[in-house]
Amino acid sequence: MKRKVISTGSDWNFEFIQRYDQEIARVAEHYHLDTYPTQIEIISAEQMMDAYSSVGMPVGYHHWSYGKQFAAVEQRYKRGHMGLAYEIVINSDPCIAYLMEENTMMMQALVLAHAAYGHNSFFKGNYMFRTWTSADAIIDYLIFAKNYITKCEERHGVEQVEQLLDSCHSLMNYGVDRYKRPSTLSVEQERQRQEEREVYLQSQVNDLWRTVPTRDAAEQDPQEERFPSEPQENLLYFIEKNAPLLEPWQREIIRIVRKIAQYFYPQRQTQVMNEGWATFWHYTILNHMYDEGLLTDGFMLEFMQSHTNVIAQLPYNHPHYSGINPYALGFAMMSDIRRICEHPTDEDRHWFPDIAGGDWVSVLDFAMRNFKDESFIAQYLSPKLIRDFRFFAVLDDDARDKLEISAIHDEQGYRAIRQVLADQYNLGSREPNIQVYNVDRRGDRSLILRHSQYNRRPLNDDADEVLKHLGRLWGFNVRLETVNDDGRVESTHEWTQEN
Amino acid sequence: MTQIIDRRLSGKNKSAVNRQRFIRRYKSQIKKAVTEVISGRSITDIDRGEKINIPAKDIQEPAIGHGPGGRREGVTPGNREFITGDQFDRPPDGAGGQDSQASDQGEGEDEFSFNLSREEFLEVFFEDLALPDLIKTQLAKITEHKIIRAGHTPTGVPTNIDVVRSLRGSLARRITLGAPYRTQLAEVEASLEALRASPAPDKDEIVALEEEIVRLKKRIDAIPFIDTFDLRYRNHIKQAMPSTQAVMFCLMDVSGSMNEHRKDIAKRFFILLYLFLTRHYERIQLVFIRHHTVAMEVDENDFFYARETGGTVVSSALEMMYSIIKQRYPTSDWNIYAAQASDGDNWNNDSLLCKDLLLDKIMPCLQYYAYVEIEAEQGQNLWQEYEHVNEIFSNFVMQRIHDLPDIYPVFRQLFQKQSI
Repeated sequence: MKRKVISTGSDWNFEFIQRYDQEIARVAEHYHLDTYPTQIEIISAEQMMDAYSSVGMPVGYHHWSYGKQFAAVEQRYKRGHMGLAYEIVINSDPCIAYLMEENTMMMQALVLAHAAYGHNSFFKGNYMFRTWTSADAIIDYLIFAKNYITKCEERHGVEQVEQLLDSCHSLMNYGVDRYKRPSTLSVEQERQRQEEREVYLQSQVNDLWRTVPTRDAAEQDPQEERFPSEPQENLLYFIEKNAPLLEPWQREIIRIVRKIAQYFYPQRQTQVMNEGWATFWHYTILNHMYDEGLLTDGFMLEFMQSHTNVIAQLPYNHPHYSGINPYALGFAMMSDIRRICEHPTDEDRHWFPDIAGGDWVSVLDFAMRNFKDESFIAQYLSPKLIRDFRFFAVLDDDARDKLEISAIHDEQGYRAIRQVLADQYNLGSREPNIQVYNVDRRGDRSLILRHSQYNRRPLNDDADEVLKHLGRLWGFNVRLETVNDDGRVESTHEWTQEN
Repeated sequence: MTQIIDRRLSGKNKSAVNRQRFIRRYKSQIKKAVTEVISGRSITDIDRGEKINIPAKDIQEPAIGHGPGGRREGVTPGNREFITGDQFDRPPDGAGGQDSQASDQGEGEDEFSFNLSREEFLEVFFEDLALPDLIKTQLAKITEHKIIRAGHTPTGVPTNIDVVRSLRGSLARRITLGAPYRTQLAEVEASLEALRASPAPDKDEIVALEEEIVRLKKRIDAIPFIDTFDLRYRNHIKQAMPSTQAVMFCLMDVSGSMNEHRKDIAKRFFILLYLFLTRHYERIQLVFIRHHTVAMEVDENDFFYARETGGTVVSSALEMMYSIIKQRYPTSDWNIYAAQASDGDNWNNDSLLCKDLLLDKIMPCLQYYAYVEIEAEQGQNLWQEYEHVNEIFSNFVMQRIHDLPDIYPVFRQLFQKQSI
């Protein structure tokens, strides 16, 4: 069946975009990609820079750090140090994808396939996103947040709000629930609940701090019950609910920052998978269309060139080496799964007996839905890929004088490398584990955090600064204790109000 | 299912507020950077944006992470020579190939750099500076008027008649005045109709009614089509407008003692004053007067780059400036500023003349007079005489400049914001 070529030149127009979109949608359907409806927005380079600096939020509240981001992006772009990303895609329903007007027709088609069908279906299907984000409510929530913060700025002054946001941002990574699933709410409910919260929260807090020098308390076991009774991983949540001196509006802003942190939480854990998935699908879809005769040879050559750039992986000793390229690793793994299904070798049958020779579309779909970077690598990284990437693991132990190569791409090293690489993408080990341990309710009301050390790794120099921010939110002294690998506890960082 | 939206025309400066906040927050660092830039820049370049570097450490947002130390293991691609068990020394700077989330910003590690636009650059540059008397000039010395439209009046000159308004009034008047007659007319016509329809019409009555109809129609026609009462004239009033034009006189000594270096300092001084004026006035005219023993009005290029030699008679330039003011820049229309640069040399008897010229004639016309003496030894006679002027007029300012890096602080001191 010979079809007609869609476009020949490199200039795009709206009709072409629509034609490409129809064809791509048809092919995506053929491969059973399940997507949100798409909203494609054509924007200029300046607008792309705006979108960039608001970390991909289509509506953002005002904060100087976004201005700094913008200044940096603008500087690098104008000096030609960096090209802008060709697209930005928002995890929302409908899924918003930005296309830059400077793109050629080929790029627009590539971006459509990549963002509007690849990322889109990932957002809709992956369990992390399904669990932690509600795509249909996020835009409304961001608008609510922006308006609320603007209102606070009018009422309490820009400086006040800015200080609060600074403090919240420094703790943003500790504003997420890692294990507890938040219940979903509609915007309307959200607003109602916010008003109720303002009233009741304050009274609850007052309750908590009611001075109780009664006989009962005095007779209590000196081994006082801890508060919270279980350690709390979500610092911002704990502050929002329990910090004694905050005003209701301050609690609400903390909540906003924490909600946004939670929204981005899945994206931080599915970089390799998300990009790999999208790259794999733009590659597969466009090749499929080429085979059908919809695309010209020139289009394909241009496409292959930019695709190859995207998935390039430099070796560690290259002057421009900047870590493992998530596009390269993700794309290679997705393609490799397809290969294992379609053309398994004996090695694959040994390593992946359950998927070797299976139906690649459903195997990939399953992988996309049920994993995050860490588990995806631990599950699917094949010996062949380890050889292709020539991966090797280096052990840096400060108890030893020298670095050691602990594993390379050979029979003995495959499992070790897979394990170490997976751990490298594990947020739990990448970020220090810090939890609220106790509040000295009867003493100076100081907040006690515990850092459970991972492989004896200490905190970085920012810890003191962050503790200062935490102290500002908490309103009283803050202490951070470190629990060593052998269970010893020592107090390592402290912030007191006097300094 | 897919919706395509063209957003290119909707606002693009979404980040403007954030950017402003960033600049406000780091004003002190940015100011410091701007100051450094100014002293290093070439003259013709002053009026544009600039790449600003501020220490990245100052503007970093803190976040807790793992510090160096402990036991860490990482996977790296591209193995060529290693086999399991190889040992080697730590690379310097802790830049271990493994697990370093190396940023792609390259050299931008300890410096955060970004571009200030021309406006932002100058804004920072001129911040908290204001010309003395400026507000007084703009508010008190209102001399220029602008004619603006201000509704309509019933009197005026024929050229200002608003035809549409006038005819609208005429129509309203005709309707109102004619209304009673038209009601009567309708009644009479109705009864005439009734009479004619009756089986035995009274002939006399019909004639009477017909006469009445003619009479009423005449009355209606007699209402004038247009009356002086209807006329409306467009009204204009004069509104006072602060004068937003200024002229700046640049006076420079080009005698033999002014070497290239001194001239260069002078140039920068003029440019800074000029830039400062552009912030306050819509239109600025420049007059360049250079002098040795005689003064000459020249264009900018000649002023800065032509070479002259000879002795020095400063009063010649002052006289020329005064006559130009008289001829071309009436003080009622112009804010006049003057800046003079010299090495302080003057023919002795002339300095006294300069003082008198300034006191009696020139200073009363001026908003501001700035005099800088470049690389002068103490006690030049011109300086001494000018000190007398300085005592009398608070808007006469003088300053000594010694070297290039001095310019900016001197400039600031010259135009320090004065409390009003």
